[in-house]
Amino acid sequence: MTTQAKAARSRLDPEPIPRRDWLGLSSLWAALSAFLFATLGMIRLPKAAVLASPSKKFRIHLPENLQPGQAFVPPGRSVAVFRDESGVWAISTVCTHLGCIVKPTAEGFECPCHGSRFAADGSVTKGPAPRPLPWLKVNVSGNTLIVDAGAVAPAGSKVSA
Amino acid sequence: MSVASPPRNPLQEFRGNLRAAPRRFLESAFRTGKPATDRTRSTFVFGNVFLHLHSVRTHLWSLRWRTTWGLGIASAAAFFITLITGVLLMFYYKPYPEVAYDSIKDIHFVVPAGRFIRNIHRWAANGMVVTVILHMARVFYTAAYRKPREFNWLIGLALLATTLGLSFTGYLLPWDQLAYWAITIGANIAQSPREVTDALGITEWFDPGGFQRLLLLGSDEVGAEALIRFYLLHVMILPLVLTALLAVHIWRVRKDGGLARPADADQRLGPPGEDVYPVFTQAPTRTYHLAAIVRGRTPAVGRGPENTVPSMPHLFYAELAVLMLTVFLCLALSLIWDAPLKELANPSVPENPAKAPWYFLGLQEMVSFSAFMGGIGIPAIVLLGLGLIPFLDREESGSGDWFGGPGGWPLVRRSIVWGLAAAAGIEAFAIQFGWLRQWFPHIPQLIITAINPGTVLTVAYGLYSLWLVKRYGSARAGALGLFTCFLCGFTVLTIIGTYFRGPNWEFYWSPSQWPSH
Repeated sequence: MTTQAKAARSRLDPEPIPRRDWLGLSSLWAALSAFLFATLGMIRLPKAAVLASPSKKFRIHLPENLQPGQAFVPPGRSVAVFRDESGVWAISTVCTHLGCIVKPTAEGFECPCHGSRFAADGSVTKGPAPRPLPWLKVNVSGNTLIVDAGAVAPAGSKVSA
Repeated sequence: MSVASPPRNPLQEFRGNLRAAPRRFLESAFRTGKPATDRTRSTFVFGNVFLHLHSVRTHLWSLRWRTTWGLGIASAAAFFITLITGVLLMFYYKPYPEVAYDSIKDIHFVVPAGRFIRNIHRWAANGMVVTVILHMARVFYTAAYRKPREFNWLIGLALLATTLGLSFTGYLLPWDQLAYWAITIGANIAQSPREVTDALGITEWFDPGGFQRLLLLGSDEVGAEALIRFYLLHVMILPLVLTALLAVHIWRVRKDGGLARPADADQRLGPPGEDVYPVFTQAPTRTYHLAAIVRGRTPAVGRGPENTVPSMPHLFYAELAVLMLTVFLCLALSLIWDAPLKELANPSVPENPAKAPWYFLGLQEMVSFSAFMGGIGIPAIVLLGLGLIPFLDREESGSGDWFGGPGGWPLVRRSIVWGLAAAAGIEAFAIQFGWLRQWFPHIPQLIITAINPGTVLTVAYGLYSLWLVKRYGSARAGALGLFTCFLCGFTVLTIIGTYFRGPNWEFYWSPSQWPSH
């Protein structure tokens, strides 16, 4: 016999893993994970699956006497529509800085809130705006336009009827 | 019958109990009786769940006006005034876009005293912002954030942020032009991390800005969803957060050994005067010294008898005086100036100029250089810097004294000059000569985000305070310089934003020069 025989565990010795501790800890962890799981479910609450905002797509009629270089702003929309010989196009009038509505001017656009200026093609000439004003997707059928203010078109893409 | 009790009349007993009921009710509610002796004054405080946030006895140093100027209590008082007037306004206010504006008009013109209550609410809210900032300055300049008060300084910062959040969320509720465009700008500041993610081209996969804005507005524009969210934050979530933090904040003042005072405060005060009523009218029947010895970190361990007086009445009467003064100021201002109400919100025509509430105009000034740095980057750096102060300044000299620490008032004076000059200089330069975009129209946005008047000013302040640390060999000197510069920058930017910015955020010396259309 080289190894010493292990003494048999006595009735009075403590259990290796106390049963009460194990049960207590596991119920604590169960409660904690249930709580975390419920929290994860609640975190999703602030973002609804469907956003409560009106459709960004709308139909407009261009005025007959709209001159090249002159902006047409449909009432209640944050879009400026232009027309020249090569076609029509629409530029968003929501400032890319902090979302104020820019005003079309002779040179382009100017923002009332923090003084950003944009050229007629929407590119930034002055001020804090980080990006040019986006061009928007336009569909033409006759004198009727369908503008999608939620879809960005490449700058310079004029659409002819 | 074996029971030898005297004959009793149940009805008479009932009548006696009935007659004694009011007295017994009062005894059961106010268990300790009148606070007439030192002992009952103590039980008056620690037997009351609200009063026991304060300690039973208060040091005479804490009661001097020039220790605190009552600023902390004044901001708490302003909060209670907004709480009461806010609940009154809730009876008539309706948080839906179609009717919100009309309900404010009703409060203004139809509800009895409605205009007065709304004015008080607004003035108390403004006063709270002022007193919270001044209170923070008081705590900083008396070095009251030092060990063991570090954590309470952090709770104070959380209270500052909650106060500003309450003011901002309240701003949307009238649904007028001012409100609508301030919130549009605010929500887009929340979205401004896109300035960086767009420049890096990763917005499609990683868009914290868009997420923050969506969380705030619940939609992609400011509408009914945004209004109900701001309303919920304003009347429920933020007041609860603020109340909880406030309770911890005040309670920790007591746990940290009262207000900070110089180590030799007792010598400087001398023995309590004859007029301090009363010092001891009765020997204490119970002491808590054992508890203090057991927990060796308690601030009172190892200290001799001090210049303390019972909190009831000395501290509570002083606090009541501050409360009354705050109420008086709010009432007086409300009688003189009405809270503004502009036209109904119009989503197609921004206000020009669209100005945030005055305490955010410094931020708006920085935002007019870069949305991300001005609205999120620099405020985060400032909050982080303020939070780090008690952990970097581990010195002990000068605690409890105004402008205590190496250099003292002369250092603060020089920092004021530097802070004002740097802020005014960089602003004057940007107003006179423009900034990178005008000089190099095709410059990448990231460079403007990194280098703009706001960040240049922040770096100038940071370098100055590092130089102070080196020159005085003391972190406290650097902190004094940095905090002073921060206050000066805040003041200069706020004044420029308030008085010198006109339509299109152009610089004008006076509103009379604004273009007329």
